Amino acid sequence: MKKKSLWPKVYLAFVFIVLYAPIFYLTFYSFNSGGTMNDFEGFTLDWYKELFQDTRLLIIVLNTIIIALLSAAISTIIGVLGALAIVYMKKRAAKNALLSLNNVLIVSPDVIIGASFLILFTIIGIKLGFTSVLLSHVAFSIPIVVIMVLPKLQEMSLSLIDAARDLGASHWDVLSKVILPYISPGIFAGFFLALTYSLDDFAVTFFVTGNGFTTLSVEIYSLARRGISLNINALSTLLFLFTILLVIGYYFITKRNGRTAGAGGGNE
Amino acid sequence: MENRARKLYLIPYVLWIGLFVVTPILLVVYYSFFDLNGNFTVANYEKLFTPVYIKMILSSFWYAFLITAFCLLIAYPAAYFITKSKYKQLLLLLIILPSWINLLLKAYAFLGIFSTYGAANSFLEAVGIGTRQILFTDFSFVFVAVYIFIPFMLLPIFNALDKLNPTLIDASRDLGASAWITFQKVVFPLTIDGVKSGVQAVFIPALSLFMITRLIAGNRVITLGTAIEQHFLITQDWGMGSAIAVFLIITMVVIMVVTGTRKRGVQ
Amino acid sequence: MNKLIRAFVAVFAVAFLLMYTVSKLNESEGKTAGNTLTVFNWGDYIDAELIDQFEKETGIKVIYETFDSNEAMMTKIEQGGTAYDVAVPSEYAIDKMKKANQLLPVDHSKIPNLKFIDERFMNLAFDPGNKYSIPYFWGTVGILYNKDLMKGKEITAWNDLWGPELRNEILLVDGAREVMGMGLNSLHYSLNDTNKQHLIEAKEKLDTLTPNIKAIVGDEIRMLMENDEATIGVVWSGTASELMWKKENLEYVVPEEGSNLWFDNMVIPKTAKNVEAAHKFINFMLDPKIATQNTEYVGYSTPNKKALEYMPKEIVSDERFYPDPEQTERLEVYENLGPNMLAYYNELFLEFKMHKK
Repeated sequence: MKKKSLWPKVYLAFVFIVLYAPIFYLTFYSFNSGGTMNDFEGFTLDWYKELFQDTRLLIIVLNTIIIALLSAAISTIIGVLGALAIVYMKKRAAKNALLSLNNVLIVSPDVIIGASFLILFTIIGIKLGFTSVLLSHVAFSIPIVVIMVLPKLQEMSLSLIDAARDLGASHWDVLSKVILPYISPGIFAGFFLALTYSLDDFAVTFFVTGNGFTTLSVEIYSLARRGISLNINALSTLLFLFTILLVIGYYFITKRNGRTAGAGGGNE
Repeated sequence: MENRARKLYLIPYVLWIGLFVVTPILLVVYYSFFDLNGNFTVANYEKLFTPVYIKMILSSFWYAFLITAFCLLIAYPAAYFITKSKYKQLLLLLIILPSWINLLLKAYAFLGIFSTYGAANSFLEAVGIGTRQILFTDFSFVFVAVYIFIPFMLLPIFNALDKLNPTLIDASRDLGASAWITFQKVVFPLTIDGVKSGVQAVFIPALSLFMITRLIAGNRVITLGTAIEQHFLITQDWGMGSAIAVFLIITMVVIMVVTGTRKRGVQ
Repeated sequence: MNKLIRAFVAVFAVAFLLMYTVSKLNESEGKTAGNTLTVFNWGDYIDAELIDQFEKETGIKVIYETFDSNEAMMTKIEQGGTAYDVAVPSEYAIDKMKKANQLLPVDHSKIPNLKFIDERFMNLAFDPGNKYSIPYFWGTVGILYNKDLMKGKEITAWNDLWGPELRNEILLVDGAREVMGMGLNSLHYSLNDTNKQHLIEAKEKLDTLTPNIKAIVGDEIRMLMENDEATIGVVWSGTASELMWKKENLEYVVPEEGSNLWFDNMVIPKTAKNVEAAHKFINFMLDPKIATQNTEYVGYSTPNKKALEYMPKEIVSDERFYPDPEQTERLEVYENLGPNMLAYYNELFLEFKMHKK
């Protein structure tokens, strides 16, 4: 029907090359026997071997993933509730006030978030460590979930909800059968962005961690003082491969489910 | 019953806002009125309007503007092409994926790529342009910043484009509108909300970038974020740091109001 | 809806599974509870093998955490919520923490190895009688330069950096005291000068250096110097000695106008939980053999005179890293200038950074 132009493919290919260039760079040098990230001297797997012997680093990696998964899941739940609350609000002033407050954390510099959370935890008396890091990550991920979900909610035609309600659907039914399925792309987007925020965060964690609990980015920061050792390259290569596998797995599962669900015709 | 349900949604969210948004803001505002010796003062705010800080504010805004503009220019077409693809969900995931690799590591990779003997310069050498200083320039700073923020710009635009009804575009084309006119009059206006949330998600964090101002720009670029970091972590002048933070918060509110969705008022 | 619920259940399940794994791993490491020691040190400032050795010898499990600036460390300790048993601040920070009543006195009777420390590094102005702190490492600030790229020209003074041939060739370390100190020293003022006129003069002098400065960076300066990214770096002595091990064409000089002499000492914060183990750890680190191994790994200068005997002659007699007392005469130790003066230093440093070429 339409002319297939080559340009979109070239353009996207270019964007992807740039996005992945630093990662391939890191991966490439993870096999360098030279020990630095400039001259490639020869191929080696030593950095990977070293990695697998380091239990401390393994614990840190696992902690990082735990924090990311938990904080993303919790913040998605609270964020979706928040977005619903905002949409249901009748007064525009209150709505805007909530929205502005919501965005404060997105735009606050990490240093301030970190410093103010540190004071906060001190006042409440929460010990620095796993709990304080998890709470902070949940806290700064919620607004991004709200932002991702809100447009989907706003675009839902109210008539759809009204129709459902006229047909006698309860509030819960409307929510679970109409609203949530409709906004689920937004929910997943929010969840993934929350994961991203959590995995990427350095500054906030740096402030609120303590008593020996560390995440990967904080650990990397302290390792980086010597110029990065290549086992960190090896580690990021492995993590990267792992996430690629997850993503591809996720993609094929949803694709298959999508087909069966499509055939079943909305029985879910 | 219905109202009660609505209130139930509110509880966790409002608790969160109270504890992790309002309290920190109040703390920041409170601290901004104290000087180093713990005396109440407005001197921190007066200092914000001295030439040094005005210069810093202006340059932060300029860089944030550049970063946002380039993000938009790159992300919009990319998002558009992705929505047109058969594998759009997969491509979208592939856009987000690189941001899961630690930022500091990527910054180090860029240090290597952009360095005098790095890959970028080898390329320039090969095409006959010759070695240039790339690292520690405005170019490298904006490039890396755009790199970091692309997913945050692309996602909301993708969401907006994705829900666009393709029949609208076909209709427009059938009526004889050129591709450009269709984009200008149909596609862009309908996705403006996505663009706005993208701009919000990029512009304000870009104002307060730090870390890469040092790693990639070698402190040749000073943003408000750098200043805040310094006041909080090095001079421990929390008052001044907080005053800049309050300024940023106000800026943010202004930007939100300007880009806010006003058309909802019609309903 | 069901899809959503399933996805979330899966996420939580994976997270809890991982948590279980971590707790199992921690158990296998022996880090359960009770007999632990939490050490808060600069990044990469100890030979990790020594921690293992300490654990084996004493049965105490060490939790090791790092910081990147004295200020970040002080913030954590000041706010509470943490229990660090040993920390390693620099001299001006020790003065500050002592005055803020954040330190416990060190019981010298529990540290017999203290006798190995050179008298020169004891009883200094920031901690008379070493009541609160025990020396760990010391060093200087100076100029590291690439002999090949300098084409035979030597550098001996701060003022050499202003030469027109060094355009865009200098890396500075990102520290207000270090950079301002360099400006002050180049004008033959004291590092601890509090005369605002002098400070402004120093800042204006630094502004004229801007065309020569390539970047103002943090620890990545090591990597950049190693990769020949710049000819000159203003660095701490430990960075220099470490790089000079790797690259023979590098040279380090402590400028003749004077420079900074610094000390990092071990302290026991007031929030410490295991004071007994803290003393054991400090004593362990002062053991001459241990100190030797640590010094060879870290690259900074050790205050342990017995350890010096175990070390290769060419290192110990290297005056660039072990200057004798006469040479340290022209060097100055940072004084705690108080918050207002420190803020002023930083203000000028910020203005200097914003000065465009």
